[in-house]
Amino acid sequence: MARQSNLIYRHTIVTRVTHWIWAASLFFLMLTGLQIFNAHPALYVGEQSGFEFDNAILKFGAPPIPGWATIPSGQDLATGRVIHFFFAWIFLGTVMIWAIGAILSGHFFRDLLPRLKDFRSLTKDIVDHLGFRFSHGRSYGPLQKLSYAVVLFGLFPLMIFTGLAMSPGANAALPWLTDAFGGRQTARTLHFVGMALLFAFFIVHMAMIVLAGPLNELRAIITGYYRANEGDPQ
Amino acid sequence: MNRRRFLRTGLLGGGSALLSGCQILDGLMDTNNATRRFMEKANRLTMVTQRSLIGPDALAPEFTRADIRQGQKPNGVIAPTDLEYQLLAADGFRDYRLEVMGSVRQPLSLSLDQLRNMPIQTQITRHDCVEGWSCIAEWTGVPLARVLDMAGTYNTARYAVIHCMDTIEQTLSGGVRYYESIDMIDAWHPQTILAYGLNGADLPERNGAPLRLRVERQLGYKMAKYIRAIELTDSLSAYGRGKGGYWEDRGYEWYAGI
Repeated sequence: MARQSNLIYRHTIVTRVTHWIWAASLFFLMLTGLQIFNAHPALYVGEQSGFEFDNAILKFGAPPIPGWATIPSGQDLATGRVIHFFFAWIFLGTVMIWAIGAILSGHFFRDLLPRLKDFRSLTKDIVDHLGFRFSHGRSYGPLQKLSYAVVLFGLFPLMIFTGLAMSPGANAALPWLTDAFGGRQTARTLHFVGMALLFAFFIVHMAMIVLAGPLNELRAIITGYYRANEGDPQ
Repeated sequence: MNRRRFLRTGLLGGGSALLSGCQILDGLMDTNNATRRFMEKANRLTMVTQRSLIGPDALAPEFTRADIRQGQKPNGVIAPTDLEYQLLAADGFRDYRLEVMGSVRQPLSLSLDQLRNMPIQTQITRHDCVEGWSCIAEWTGVPLARVLDMAGTYNTARYAVIHCMDTIEQTLSGGVRYYESIDMIDAWHPQTILAYGLNGADLPERNGAPLRLRVERQLGYKMAKYIRAIELTDSLSAYGRGKGGYWEDRGYEWYAGI
């Protein structure tokens, strides 16, 4: 049965601009982060790195990340750090602008904060996704909402705070922060895990866009306008 | 151009564009690159933000003896090949003198015994290397502030430059010795010490004997080893390549609080 569809205004200018700055920042942060990881390719649990005892949970004998996946492409910790911290500031500023914009526009409470009804219809939404049936309404579906909430309210703060917990300067200002993560090396490990989860989100995000209609999704996140199906949840 | 040739050229062109795409940012490795210099301003923002949040005297976290689970991991130069150093070391540093000079009222030349007779400070702190690892150890030494008190600094002093005895790199124009610099906020900081002891013993050669710097709110490369002299100055431009340290001259940030 053919359904009528109509263009609706889905994404505000703040959502669209911050989305693309995040996309660019996370690209640079991840590839320079892998460059930094190559400088000491091991992850530990606790406050320090065990050289005469073993608290490593991952350890490579040689830099494991190939040049095509790092910025710069050769081994260059200094340059990797310069670019990493530049985009860390861009990222942090964007998160703050987004947070203010999302609260003021109602985006935060209306679209993103998971509610009881989202959890009630979660099973149906999972079944729908498994059957490649996607709804195209004004609002996000339960799974979509939850994954955005995990990224925005979980992984973004995790990356910012574990990053700060590794800084000796921030340690003097906020000693409880490093303690809260269980030590500097645990914070570094969690920073790495957070990166891997963000990358996993990126892969799923791309797959969902391709499956849900890439042109419509791209138009929405560039112009704001989205072609919604009537009858789908608004 | 026939279609096959067009396709082949297109594929080759596309392929090489993809390959060079990986290296497109490698221009940033040049420390004079304009984009890089712009990005480095973020480090200034980090310093100003951290300094205003921390305040001048906030302390780096300290730990307990139970947290010392290993020897301090040595890094960088661990056995200076310089003859001058080896002669001093062979004699247990009996003829060693720390020179304090530059913008001071009274230049000093202090033996290790004189330094040991000054106020003693011991602190158990975590050493964070720029590479990513951390190591907890107990450091004993004299607060740099006491040495500066003795020398009397002029108001023009903005930085303390640390000159070292170890040659870290051989170039065509001769050996390059390690050096570092901190500003007066860190120079006067209560945890900034000139350490001669490590984990209850004399500072070993691999960790910087006879004297090394501890700047606990920054990364390891700021904490110069094998110290020969401390020079107070109003500008860093006259030393090395002018960036304030051996690693800074090679692209690392001068403010290493992150």
